[in-house]
Amino acid sequence: MVMLTEFGKILIFIILAIVFVVITLFLNKLIRPNRPTYEKKKVYECGENPEGSPWVKFNIRFYVVALIFLIFDVEVVLLFPWALTYKEFGVYGFVVGIIFLLILALGMAYEWRKGDLEWARPEPKPPILDDLLNSNKSEERKK
Amino acid sequence: MSLLETVIFAVIKMLVIVVVMFLTVAYSVYFERKISAWAQNRMGPNRVGYRGLLQPFADVFKLLVKEDIVPDAAHKPLHTLAPFIALFVAFATYAVVPFGPSINLFGYDVKLVVADVNIGILYVLALTSLGVYGITFAGWSSGSKYSLMGGIRSSAQMISYEVSMGFSIAGVLLLSESLRPIEIVNAQYGWMWNAVLQPIGFITFVVSAFAETNRLPFDLPEAEPELVGGYHTEYSSFKFAAFFLAEYANMIIASCLIVTLYLGGWQIPYIDKLGLGETLTVILQVGAFIFKVVFMLFFFIWVRWSIPRFRYDQLMNIGWKVMFPLSLVNILWVAVLIMIFNL
Amino acid sequence: MEFYDIIFYLFALITIGSAFVVVTSRNIVYAAFSLLFTFFGVAGIYVLLGADFLAIVQIMVYVGGILILLLFGVMLTNKITSVEIRTGTVHLLPAAIGIGILFGAIISVMLWTNWNISPEPIPPSTTANIGRELITNYVLIFELLGMLLLIALIGAASIARRDKE
Repeated sequence: MVMLTEFGKILIFIILAIVFVVITLFLNKLIRPNRPTYEKKKVYECGENPEGSPWVKFNIRFYVVALIFLIFDVEVVLLFPWALTYKEFGVYGFVVGIIFLLILALGMAYEWRKGDLEWARPEPKPPILDDLLNSNKSEERKK
Repeated sequence: MSLLETVIFAVIKMLVIVVVMFLTVAYSVYFERKISAWAQNRMGPNRVGYRGLLQPFADVFKLLVKEDIVPDAAHKPLHTLAPFIALFVAFATYAVVPFGPSINLFGYDVKLVVADVNIGILYVLALTSLGVYGITFAGWSSGSKYSLMGGIRSSAQMISYEVSMGFSIAGVLLLSESLRPIEIVNAQYGWMWNAVLQPIGFITFVVSAFAETNRLPFDLPEAEPELVGGYHTEYSSFKFAAFFLAEYANMIIASCLIVTLYLGGWQIPYIDKLGLGETLTVILQVGAFIFKVVFMLFFFIWVRWSIPRFRYDQLMNIGWKVMFPLSLVNILWVAVLIMIFNL
Repeated sequence: MEFYDIIFYLFALITIGSAFVVVTSRNIVYAAFSLLFTFFGVAGIYVLLGADFLAIVQIMVYVGGILILLLFGVMLTNKITSVEIRTGTVHLLPAAIGIGILFGAIISVMLWTNWNISPEPIPPSTTANIGRELITNYVLIFELLGMLLLIALIGAASIARRDKE
């Protein structure tokens, strides 16, 4: 006799979800119209013809954020078993956890101090009246 | 019970939950449109059915019969798959949300949860980390600059807030000593709600939940003024509907999680002292759960119309420099609390 | 064949099949996409072994972290104008010998190990036991892991910073 574990239920649920998605996709394919034209198949770029490759270069910061995330993700995972058994160990468990958290916070402080968490900030230049007047004058002079 | 019987039983329960889920997702769209209308002093949907009550079905049906336009530059297989990854992840999370305590139905002891996994909360976290893929692949495979920018912004945003979400949950685990959602709810008996005991963790979790669901004020990935539609610029027909439904499903799941982890789940303080019948108590408790979830949904929509969108650097700063240290402080706070009061 | 076995072979098939696609795919993003299924298959096998915590960690760290990092790396690589790559076969013989030795080593270890089949049933949840072990017997390793991660963090960030300049 086989028992259905809770994970088995999750597997059934996932299979159901996939079946459901496939059915809707198929249904959608049956009833939707399909009249493609050249214009429709172009990528949207505010009505202009698309310029260059769509896969543009990115700021390295996104990659650095993913790196930092990966490290902290592992730390979170390590912290969960500690959190679950914390109450059983009293002061000893507290000290163990705090040392771990301190090491973690140290890494965080390092990143912060070194500016790896900084993102480019827009620096809007509000127009000053004098500037506007001067630029007008210079334009007049050009004329 | 034989295996077949158990499987059939489980499947029936799942189907019931899936149908309820779809109805709630559909009506949360309606709910949002009505509240938005109310916030902006206009009528909102009121033509389809009585007071527009059939509007969500009309919307979905309309999207189902629309032409599906895929640009030539797109990578077709991934472009098709991406929205369904998003939808699948959103719905798979429902498997572990407990809607109420066990009830006795036709002689069976029915747990009001699809799968009572002993690591339920970690399952939720794992699926949340999967949610990034739908958006990243959508952005990458569309072959559009707007989509790619929206996709990559969104994934960076989601992973940043996932960290503080994980640390906030660690605070909850310190008190509950279990990863099972039902036990976490049981640990919040009476007024021992986690929102009361660890308000910092509650705030960091709620903010992270907003960021994870890409809701305003964190909807940078689809910021209309700069990115057109973000990662779903090139989507139409049912694929767009899939993203749309996934967003609302995520919003509901986030509300359910906030309620389960911090607002006591189905608990009504001291209801067992009133001496009500068992069935009545369970019904009241399920009602309380639904009430709390609806309140959280209202809160989501309320915030949408109250707080303007953040700039990207502000968003990252809030994630890493405010929420992350705060969630660490929260763990320390809970640990000290347990030491002092022997909770 | 038992039901359990069918599910095991299903997961094994997913793992190996998608790993094959990872190696043979010409498109890096498609390769990354199939890697997703490889990780899932492995997580499924962990669940079947009763290692629930490990399965979830597999998904959280590998799928949610490492693969995202890989994808970001692919998207950020500026030298690649299109993401199609050409995979050619070079040094077929040394590779075959190397893999053969590795494969043989794994198989021989698998066959010669005196597997300790635990008479106790699988505990309902492994997470709490892992926590207990981490706090008591392996406490030094637990803290050292923290240090290791700190070093990894500092190293990775400084490499990324140097590239930027």
